[in-house]
Amino acid sequence: MTAQATDIATYNFAYLDEQTKRMIRRAILKGIAIPGYQVPFASREMPMPYGWGTGGVQVTASIIGPDDVLKVIDQGADDTTNAVSIRAFFKKVANVAVTTETAKATIIQTRHRIPEYPLTTGQVLVYQVPIPEPLRFLEPRETETRKMHALEEYGLMHVKLYEDIARHGRIATTYAYPVKVEGRYVMDPSPTPKFDNPKMHRSPALQLFGAGREKRIYALPPFTDVVSLDFEDHPFEVQTFDQPCALCAAENVYLDEVILDDHGGHMFVCSDTDHCEKRRAEGHRGHLAPETMEPAQ
Amino acid sequence: MDIATQAIEGSFADPVFDAQTVFRAVMDAMARPGTLQPLPIFARPPAPLSATAGAIALALCDNDTPLWLDPVLQAPAAVKSWLGFHTGAPLANTPADAHFALIATPAEMMALDGFSQGTQDYPDRSTTLILQVGDLVSGAPLLLEGPGIERTATIAPAQMPRHFVEQWKQNNQRFPRGIDIVLATPDGVACLPRTTRIKTMEA
Repeated sequence: MTAQATDIATYNFAYLDEQTKRMIRRAILKGIAIPGYQVPFASREMPMPYGWGTGGVQVTASIIGPDDVLKVIDQGADDTTNAVSIRAFFKKVANVAVTTETAKATIIQTRHRIPEYPLTTGQVLVYQVPIPEPLRFLEPRETETRKMHALEEYGLMHVKLYEDIARHGRIATTYAYPVKVEGRYVMDPSPTPKFDNPKMHRSPALQLFGAGREKRIYALPPFTDVVSLDFEDHPFEVQTFDQPCALCAAENVYLDEVILDDHGGHMFVCSDTDHCEKRRAEGHRGHLAPETMEPAQ
Repeated sequence: MDIATQAIEGSFADPVFDAQTVFRAVMDAMARPGTLQPLPIFARPPAPLSATAGAIALALCDNDTPLWLDPVLQAPAAVKSWLGFHTGAPLANTPADAHFALIATPAEMMALDGFSQGTQDYPDRSTTLILQVGDLVSGAPLLLEGPGIERTATIAPAQMPRHFVEQWKQNNQRFPRGIDIVLATPDGVACLPRTTRIKTMEA
C-alpha cells in the first residue's frame, strides 16, 4: 500500500476526485436503469483535449478499482496513439494492471470498435463517444431532440435512412448506424462500423458510453435488445469483405485497408490487432504473412 | 456512546477503495437485476440503518443528493447526524424531492408513486430507493425478466412493500419514468431497475 501510495501521491486514485466520481457513478446507474437514454453529467476537464476520449476516460476512472485489468483499443488496435496514451494514463494514476488480451481484461475502453473475441459476463466495455445524440445532424436544437426522445418521435431518422435509399439505392450509413434499444430509445452506437452493431445485441458484457465534450453518459445492460433500424424491403446488413485478412486469413472479421507503397499496393488486415496476433500465434497465415513469426522485441 | 461520537464513527476505513467496491457491487447488481452482489461490512452506521444501506449511502450520496428517510430512520437523531456528517447530503422535505430514499421498513412504506418519477424529458431525475431487507429468499418469489437478465431470474426478498407486484407493474408502465430499487441485504446488494418486469408470482 505504501509503495502504491507514493507512486500516485500527487493524484487521487484514478485521477478524479471522489465527488466527481460519485456524480459520474450516479449517472452510470441511471444510464443502466434507462437503457439508451443519454444521462446528462457534469463532465470535467481532463489532462487531454476533448475528442481524445475524455468521456470514456471519466467513465473508466469512475468504475475502475485496483483489481481491474484494463485494455484500451483505438479502432481495434492496442498500439495506436490514443490507446497507448490512455493505457499509460491509467497505469500512472491508478496503478492498475493492463493487457492487450481481450479475454483477460475486466474493463475494455474502446474507440469505435468492439473486439472480435466474444465478450463475457463480468466484462465492461467503455466507449468513447464524440456525438451521443443520434438525431443531432437532423435536428441541431437540444430542446427539440430531447422532446423527440421524450415523445418517442423517431420518424425523422427513418426519413434519413429512406433518403439514403432514394439517393444510393441502399442504406449508405456505414458507421454510427442508429439502433433502437429495448424497443424504446434510438441510440447512437458511437462511430463503430455497423459491422459491430450485431455484437451489441444481447451482449453478456455491460456497455457504457461516455461523451465528455457533450456531457452525456448512456448504457446498455447485458442481454439488452439492440436492433439496427431498417426497412422490411431494405433489411440491415453488415459490411462483407472479398478477401480474408492478409496476415492471419481470418474471415468474418472487420478489416482495415493498409497502403503498402506508392503504386497502389494495399492489403486488408484485421482491425483488431489482438485477434490477428492470436491467430498468427496459432499458426494461421494469410497470403502476405511472413513464413515465421518475427521474434518479439 | 453519545450522539456526537456515533455521528463521527463508523464510516469507510478506506474511503476511496471502499466507495469503489460498494459502487461496483451496486453497478453490477443494477446491470444484472436479480443477482446478489456480495458486499463485506464496510460501514457501521447507528441502528436502525443497516451496514449495507449505510455503505451505499456513503458511496453514492453527497451534498448534491437530497435524501429522504422513512419514519423509522427519521426518528433517531443519530442516523440523521451520521448521514449528515459523512455524506453532507441534505434531507429532502418531501419524498418527491429526494434523489435517494433510505427505507428501513419497506413493508410499511408509502406508495412507490409518491417518490419522484422523473419527467418524460429527464427520466433520470427520479428517486432511487434503497430498501433494507432481511434476505432475498424468505419472501414471496418474484420471477424477473428484462434487460440484464439472460432468460429469467428469481428472487424472494423479505419484507417487501405492500402490493409490490401491482405497484411495480404500474412503475413499469410509466417507463421511461419510474423509480429504481436497490435491495440492501446484510450480506450484499441486489437491484430492480425500472426496466425489470415481474412475470408471475408463485404464492
